[in-house]
Amino acid sequence: MGRRGGAKRRGTRRARRRRRGAVVTTAPVAAIQRGWQSCEACGLLSRPGADAGACPRCGEELAFRKHRSIERTWAFVIAAAVCYVPANLLPVMVTTTAAGSAPDTIMEGVILLWSPTGWPLSLIVLIASIMIPSAKILALVYLLVTVQRGSVANNAERVRLFRTVELIGRWSMVDVFVDTFTAALVQLQPLMAVEPGPGLLFFAAVVVLTMLAVESFDPRLIWDAAPSEEVVHA
Amino acid sequence: MPEPVFNSPTTDLRVVACPHCDLLQRLPALAAGEAARCPRCDKELWRRREDPLERTLALAIAAAILYVVANTVPMLGLSAVGHHASTTLFGGARHLWDDGQEIVAVLVLFTAVVAPALQIGSMLAIVVGARRPCPPSWVGTLLRHHPRTATWSMIEVMILGVLVALIKIADYASVNAGLALFALGALVVLLAAMQSAFDPREVWARVEWADAAARSAVERAARDAAAEVPS
Repeated sequence: MGRRGGAKRRGTRRARRRRRGAVVTTAPVAAIQRGWQSCEACGLLSRPGADAGACPRCGEELAFRKHRSIERTWAFVIAAAVCYVPANLLPVMVTTTAAGSAPDTIMEGVILLWSPTGWPLSLIVLIASIMIPSAKILALVYLLVTVQRGSVANNAERVRLFRTVELIGRWSMVDVFVDTFTAALVQLQPLMAVEPGPGLLFFAAVVVLTMLAVESFDPRLIWDAAPSEEVVHA
Repeated sequence: MPEPVFNSPTTDLRVVACPHCDLLQRLPALAAGEAARCPRCDKELWRRREDPLERTLALAIAAAILYVVANTVPMLGLSAVGHHASTTLFGGARHLWDDGQEIVAVLVLFTAVVAPALQIGSMLAIVVGARRPCPPSWVGTLLRHHPRTATWSMIEVMILGVLVALIKIADYASVNAGLALFALGALVVLLAAMQSAFDPREVWARVEWADAAARSAVERAARDAAAEVPS
């Protein structure tokens, strides 16, 4: 482990960013401006002939940007937004007891969990099931709209927003697992039984569709509108 | 089958484009443990690892063993007023299926059981294949798809879900965590260690190319112009 490696691990995020990483040998220029295609799978740079070809190292089909990235991302985001409504209005869990059956939506689940001892759990479910999915949809809409308007402002912040969405998106699956294992375990007929509700399918669809939207969004589009003389703070 | 058309590769393999902002740049020589980041968007481009193949192999074998344990022994048990119930990971998904939630059941099974198996299995195959003197091209094919298995493998999310479920149920029944839950907890740590011990650049540098002629041209150019700086 090198001396710099040790310092790097201790460094704050700001200090890490100040340290120069890669070396830019030429004037800052995007690969697309020089006709290079970068392989998303193996990272090899290569130049297409008359037609777009495959990566000579790993065989992946290459393109300068992800295929129809904006349209595909919009499609997934809109589908996720549509599913978001029934996901929140329909019950995700139905509890049947001797007194009858009580359907619970996600929000009712959060409220039920809220108690002097249970509030941390309630907060986890609130963040993972309500705040993250809606924040993801809003963030993706913001990224799509700014890219389509050719915005050149806040590029570094927007790509960081993209990376945050990519990182936290999977955590909204928590509620699907909570309902799965609650329903699998609580089978105390005739006293009490928990069944998954119809909202669960829509909620799972929101999680999967937003993950697919993130996968089809190409963050390089954020930078494509940037003026080529932009100074790189290296 | 039509002959695939290949692009012509760069002659300097250290020159890369940032995957998040497309900035052309040259990777510096790194010591083990050091990382290079994109100067424009701060994306980590490459982190060199100490002995990546051996360490990843060791961690992947350990993960495979824990995975088998986690999927065979009970994960959760519940007892209340004379009733006893216990479930495994697989049992949770099967119950959803029986309740008419087939699609969600498949999703749960995929993210908690199938994707982790693919993640561990493909990593094992990649590392074993890459340690051979002349790694075959299927190693590259597996490596190309490996990141997707890691994205959809959600054991850590599932554990959080299981813990929330446990505490929810604890109000009206006594619940106990089974051995599988502890195995899964350890598996989360091992999977994270396995992914971060791994260095895909190391494997890409060794693996056979889809276009064998291009590889020998690149290697010849690298030998010819060892000290020359390309424009």
